[in-house]
Amino acid sequence: MIQTIDQIFVIAKHWLLGYLPAGAQPLCSAVLSVLSIIVVFPMLFAFVTWIERKGLGRMQNRYGPNRVGPCGILQPIADGVKSLTKEDIVPITADHAVHFLAPVLLVSASFLDYAVLPIGRNMVIVDLNAGVLFFFAVGSLMELAVFMAGWSSRSKYTLLGAMRAIAQMISYEVPLVLASIVVIMQAGSLSTVAIVNRQAAYTGIWPHWFVFTPWGFAGFVLFMIAATAESNRSPFDLPEGESEIIAGYYTEYSGFKFALFFMGEYIGMFATGGMAITLFLGGWSAPLSFLTWIPSYFWFFAKLLTLIAVFIWVRGTLPRLRMDQLMNLAWEFMLPMTLLNIVTAGVWHFMPAGSFRWFVCSCMVIVPCILLSRGLKQKKKFQVRTYHFSQ
Amino acid sequence: MVGEGILKGMAETARNFFGSYVGKDRLTTVQYPEQRDPRIEAARSFPFLVYDGADWQQGMRCVACQICEKECPPKCIFIEKSKDKKPDANEKLQFYPAVFNIDISVCMSCQICVEVCPFDAIKMDVDYNLSTDDRFGGLLFDKQRLSKSNEYYNAIHPTESAVVDAQFAVERARQEVKARAATEARAMAATNAAPNTPAQPASSEPR
Repeated sequence: MIQTIDQIFVIAKHWLLGYLPAGAQPLCSAVLSVLSIIVVFPMLFAFVTWIERKGLGRMQNRYGPNRVGPCGILQPIADGVKSLTKEDIVPITADHAVHFLAPVLLVSASFLDYAVLPIGRNMVIVDLNAGVLFFFAVGSLMELAVFMAGWSSRSKYTLLGAMRAIAQMISYEVPLVLASIVVIMQAGSLSTVAIVNRQAAYTGIWPHWFVFTPWGFAGFVLFMIAATAESNRSPFDLPEGESEIIAGYYTEYSGFKFALFFMGEYIGMFATGGMAITLFLGGWSAPLSFLTWIPSYFWFFAKLLTLIAVFIWVRGTLPRLRMDQLMNLAWEFMLPMTLLNIVTAGVWHFMPAGSFRWFVCSCMVIVPCILLSRGLKQKKKFQVRTYHFSQ
Repeated sequence: MVGEGILKGMAETARNFFGSYVGKDRLTTVQYPEQRDPRIEAARSFPFLVYDGADWQQGMRCVACQICEKECPPKCIFIEKSKDKKPDANEKLQFYPAVFNIDISVCMSCQICVEVCPFDAIKMDVDYNLSTDDRFGGLLFDKQRLSKSNEYYNAIHPTESAVVDAQFAVERARQEVKARAATEARAMAATNAAPNTPAQPASSEPR
């Protein structure tokens, strides 16, 4: 019974496919899987925009949206209708083809990420043997879309926003990938399904999640920081700094194309969150061994919503970074820490299991972290700024 | 330690988040259409025309002197003077505005028209529920829409209108005294003049 509920979507899909001729089955199977992703995640996006506005409101002692439907739950629908009926303005000097393609590419790239995310047991569209690599490769497509948008609008604000976005996303892609390497080392596979299966085991009641190791915890924190920057979210939302460059690279977008950008960013955020869950938080596996009777997809979405709540919480707390702070954080703190973390994971692998291994590896993570942050703090010298080009 | 400030900030936002569900006094938002804040006496939105008595056309204080039209910085007032005259509050015959329009989409609520009006005929309103789906006609207020009674003015600006009303009362009293003096003088002249009417030309003789 528990097995059936856990596998209900897989069983339903096979039952539907049974009515089709054998030749059409592979294609229809793919279409069914993709359709479910395309339906579920935009709905999650709509729900999250509401949750986010409510949560941010409460953090600022406001009610948030409370007019459309009970507690404002229908607000996303009202927003959708609004953006659909708005006039779609394209600047007369813009490159029309690229201007149109940019949001399409952004959304399709963010949806492609889900191809390798295991949402539940046996619930993954394709089990690529290089799944993690595929994920990061597709994730880089978003940078192209962002730059297409900024360049084709032919406006200085969009171009500045796109330049910022590119600088930021490329800088943070390095620690993002390096932070996930520790998991690949430990799991010995690039397949996301294999990585989750490796973590879905228990010692007593405790799961074998990678986050419960010194290198896994450090990797998780670094991955989440880089993921926040990668999805252009506060406090790393410089590409859309309202006070300086209006709305960044999508300044010249209106109506439904703007909504597509908005959706693409959220869908991409969910995808990186899902990847963090897959790599560090055990994917669809239950957090305690006696909770395995709850369906696997429930755990995946519960973890995803928790991560989204943390994203919202961080957004409600932290102010935006300055550009030099952003770059210093990426190259002077995150990059050395991720490299050290890889060494730590290697040491963990070759040391005999026990509390001594825990002690050594914890020291290898914590001591450099403290020293590095101290050093970076002391290195900061305050002096009168000189401008070379304005004189 | 790195990240200490971040954790402190996160704790602060979490406290606000949960606190807003526990303590209702944290939420200062007024739910507008259902709840309203009490009216602020010193508030001002757009000008309106004051009339005395019950009939807005009869009691209109404005005499179409067009000072406000000339002084208005964004030029949102349009006045057309009447051909005939009507008695004002003090029973004196005055012109009145045949057309008096204010385009509140242009008005910047500077109150200069109120400052320059010598007749206390134009005052600032406090009504802000003025949204409309007709952005041309709906925001061009004509004479009838602008006219509001002195009682309404008393209700929205009690302190200010008390001063205005006192001035009006003083003025009216002076007019009354003058009128009485005039009638008395006329009566006196009549009584004096009646018996010796021919004396009048004689009295002017020495000049």
